[in-house]
Parts: sequence; structure tokens; C-alpha cells
Amino acid sequence: MSVQEVLPLNGLAGDQSGPFRADHLLVAEMVKPGSKVLDVGCGDGDLLQLLETRGIDGRGIELSREGVNRCVAKGLAVVQGDADTDLVNYPDDAFDYVILSQTLQATRQPKVVLENLLRIGRRAIVSFPNFGFWRMRLQLLIGGHMPRTENLPASWYDTANIHFCTIKDFVELCDEIHVKMERAEALDLYGRPLRLRLPWWVWNLFGEQGVFLLTRGGK
Amino acid sequence: MVGVKSVPSPTIPSPTISADDRSHEVDHPSSEVALFGADQPLRLDCGVDLTPFQIAYKTYGELNADRSNAVLICHALTGDQHVANVHPVTGKSGWWETLVGPGRPLDPSKYFIICSNVIGGCMGSTGPASINPATGKVWGLDFPVITIPDMVRAQAMLIDRLGIDTLFAVVGGSMGGMQVLQWTAAYPSRVYSALAIACSTRHSAQNIAFHELGRQAVMADPDWHNGAYADQGIHPHRGLAVARMAAHITYLSDAALHRKFGRRMQDRELPTFSFDADFQVESYLRYQGSSFVERFDANSYLYLTRAMDYFDIAADHGGVLAKAFAGIETRFCVVSFTSDWLFPTSESRALVHALNASSARVSFAEIETDRGHDAFLLDVPEFFDISRAFLQSAGKARGLTGKNG
Repeated sequence: MSVQEVLPLNGLAGDQSGPFRADHLLVAEMVKPGSKVLDVGCGDGDLLQLLETRGIDGRGIELSREGVNRCVAKGLAVVQGDADTDLVNYPDDAFDYVILSQTLQATRQPKVVLENLLRIGRRAIVSFPNFGFWRMRLQLLIGGHMPRTENLPASWYDTANIHFCTIKDFVELCDEIHVKMERAEALDLYGRPLRLRLPWWVWNLFGEQGVFLLTRGGK
Repeated sequence: MVGVKSVPSPTIPSPTISADDRSHEVDHPSSEVALFGADQPLRLDCGVDLTPFQIAYKTYGELNADRSNAVLICHALTGDQHVANVHPVTGKSGWWETLVGPGRPLDPSKYFIICSNVIGGCMGSTGPASINPATGKVWGLDFPVITIPDMVRAQAMLIDRLGIDTLFAVVGGSMGGMQVLQWTAAYPSRVYSALAIACSTRHSAQNIAFHELGRQAVMADPDWHNGAYADQGIHPHRGLAVARMAAHITYLSDAALHRKFGRRMQDRELPTFSFDADFQVESYLRYQGSSFVERFDANSYLYLTRAMDYFDIAADHGGVLAKAFAGIETRFCVVSFTSDWLFPTSESRALVHALNASSARVSFAEIETDRGHDAFLLDVPEFFDISRAFLQSAGKARGLTGKNG
């Protein structure tokens, strides 16, 4: 799935003006320079490349062989693996940040994966498409069929996404496993953050995706 | 029954290249040789100091001014230093010309490529087929048992001799891959990047079992004479050919054999009701066996298979594989093949997990192919793409410049 390439607004991502996705720029902004990052489900390695331009030591895991090959071709340190089964092999505190970008919904055990992210990394950054987005709701409410969007174009029967959730669902899961939300952003259709500090239900309705910076320890 | 059909011998054909051709390469190879005298013994794991000894090697390309473009290729069990040139014994092209050569991932116009015959080999490096200077006779079984770390220690001495401190890359598949991993474990600061293909950090029980089968085939040959066959001027080629046939099956896959041969007959319509090579696959294996004995020494086969059997990096580090790579800065690329049952992907995965646990920078790709373990020697474009990209990105990080940047 590809999110539209949009330049950042209001200097969100510094002077970066490369062809990077807006949500990647937001994620990259959450990572302190010089840190060590594991990108789980790194796809073609675009985010890892962006992180490397900022002096961040990035590693990746990707399920698809083609994705791994493209990453290696970009000189990235990526291994073929499955977030559901391979994360258990990573030692505690191996990374400063573990990123799960647009992948949570494709895991078999999102809760276990999330717990692993915060075991391996001191912090985790998770982004996912919000199924509570108004267009999704409308397609189900009015259209009566499983929603499809530009970013999630697959039909229900051939999608790799098996565990969709809403921003609200995710917030509840974080509560349940005592994960602290250090920062939360809802992005609009173009990957731009909703600028205002709005109540959760508004984000849940108008955020096309959520991006969360998480730490251990809970409320 | 009317008449008796003439049935060819069911045994393996004799080699067509004389033993002299091969034995000449043992001590006087047609490649470069590095001699190490009494002042530089090779300390072996078995406790023996091997001295004097020699390492035969080939180089391709030129070392750059800051000596940063050297690539060491480690050969597999029955390979040798003739990686990208015509083989002096068989007259065939180099065993890894798919990977090494102009426009290939390892381009001699860009890298200084070194490939040495391993210690214990029979193509010019000191091994059981060499003359023991103490007796003036062929070493045979008096040669000390060697290990993969011994091979790597000898290579390191060669690299020192060539005036190279840090290798840009160490590359190898199968037993060569084991040497790559041993290089990184033993000399982490001397290896900038490591490409380990179709290998493992330890030899599995199944693989040891296959090797034992091969060794027993050699030793069961009446021409073997307890390893002292050289004194008799003969070579136990039947036993060695059987060993090679068994090993060769493990290098392939059922699917590849089926695709190549199926149950097709060789030069006939009907079975001969004999033990002649009726099936194409039988002829193929017999050919593989007989062509192998032309260029390889039987005792060397015993020693090198033994070296692989003993290999276990974790065991050398208190049983914890990750400890072998603790704090390592080498850039790794690990490649496995889906149909490789000698070194299955699960073993590469275990290595990658250990490297991850050591915080090493590692890429890992499994390549889909039905061609089995041998795939690393064959024309598999996806494998070359990955090798090329890995070396290029490592070269970029290392600041290497040159053609095909």
C-alpha cells in the first residue's frame, strides 16, 4: 500500500524535501538522531533510507522475498522474517526504537507483536490505517461492503490485512498491556497530521491513520 | 534364453587424466604459491605445528593504493583456487565464473580478488597428498587432522604475506561459507563485509553422516592401502568416485533431478536387466564420480570432510553462537536457497538470529530455487543481484571507488 507522496507542511520534517512519504517523515521526526532502529515490515526500505540520511543506524525485517531483495539492493541491512514469529528471537533492549509502520493490521497476533516491540526497543513507533475513519464508516454504513481506499485497495478476500482496528481500539489495547503513549498523531488523507489537539473521538473519525510513539510502563 | 548380451562393466570408469597430471599440481601448482618456512609454522587445532607449508593461490585484478579493495573467496569442499580461470587439470572453466569476472558481481576491474587452495587441499596447498619433507614421501594419513579454523589461520597468513590488513569482503559458499564465518569470528576487525552463502555455523548430524558414508567408501576401496596408496603408485578412484556420487546427490534436490533426468533411459528403450547404467541419472552420477577423481585426491577428501564435520562456531564460544559475534562491526549478508537440504534455510536463520542478537549489521535473503545446495554455483540471477547489491553498498560505505561503482 502506498501513501501519497506529499511534502511536509510547516517545516514538520525540517528541511527534508526528498520524495519521502509524509507519514515516514513524521515517524523519522520522532526518532532521535544517532539511535538504533529496527523497522519491522520495512517493505521496500523507504523509511530506513530516510532514517539513514539522518545518521540513524537502521535495520529491517520484511516478510516478502522481493521486498528484502530491493532493500539489500539499496544497501540496507534487512533480513527476511515474519513479525509474528521472528521477534521472539530478538534480545531485550536491542534497539532504541522499534518501528511498525503500516504493518500491525497484517500481523496474526497484534497484541503479542506490540508487546515484543516494547521488549526489544525502549520505544516503539506504530502507525496503522484507522478503520474508524469516516470514509471507512461510510462505505460500510451506506455502501454495505467492506471498505476499500486508495491506501488499502485490496478486496476483503485477498488482503494481507487481517486485523484492522480503529484509533480507539488501539488506544484501548495500549491501556490493556500498560503501554504509555508518549506522543500520538492522527494523519489526514494526505498523511498530514491533524494540527489541533482534538478529542479522541474526532481523531478516530477524521484520522486516516494513527502514528503513536510508545514507551513501556503504564498508567 | 537365446544368446548372452554383452553387458558393460557395472563399475565406474577409470579416470582419463593420469595421476601424474594431478600429482604435479599437488606440490608444484601452476598458480602462485606462498611458502612459509620454519620461522612461520601453522599452529593447528590438533596441537601440531605444521612447518614448512605452502599455500597455492590465484589473484585477479589489482590491489588499490590504500589496500582496501581486497576480496577473499573461500572455496567449497572440492573446489580450489582456480575460481575464474581455466583449470590446469580438467581444462574446464573456473568454478565460480558466474560470480567472478568482468561485469559480474565480483569484477576484477574493481576488486583485488584472492582465492587460495585450503590447507589440506590437493591443488598446491600443503595437504595429505603433499610430500612430507621429513620423510621425502607423501604425507598420507601421517598428515595432521585439520579444521576450518586451521584453514582460515593459514589464509590469514597468506593475507598478511600479501600486505593486506583488512579484507573488503570475504565471500564463500558451503565449506567456503564456513570459512567466511570463521574469518569474522576469528578476525572481526580484518573483515569489512562477509557474504556467507548456503552454509552454517556448525555441521549437522545428517551432514556428518553423509561425510562418513563417503569416507567409508574411500577406505573400503582395496586400492586405498590405509592411505598409503601413493607409495604403490595407485589411487583409490572407485571408492572416491562412490563418495562423490553420494555427496553429489546431497548437492541437488529431488525436483532438480526429476527435471533433469526423470526416469529416462540412457541410449536405450528397454531395461537391460543388468546393473549397467540404464537410467540417465545413473550415467550422470558415474560421470560425476569419474571426472571428480581425475582432479581430486582421496586422502584430501577424507581430511576436508573431517574439517567440515568438526566445525561448530558456537561450541568454540561456550555454546552461545551470539558470543562469537559479540560487538562485531562486519557487514553481513547471508543467503540460503529454498531447496538446499544440506544447509537448509533454518540454519542460516539461526545464524542471522545470532548476528541480530550480537547487534551485527546483517542482511538475509532466502532465494527460491529447486536446484538444491548447488544453486550457489549455478546461474541464479536473483542470487547475483543480491550479491552485487550487497558488495556495492558495502563498497559505498567503505569509500571504494572504481568501475561499476
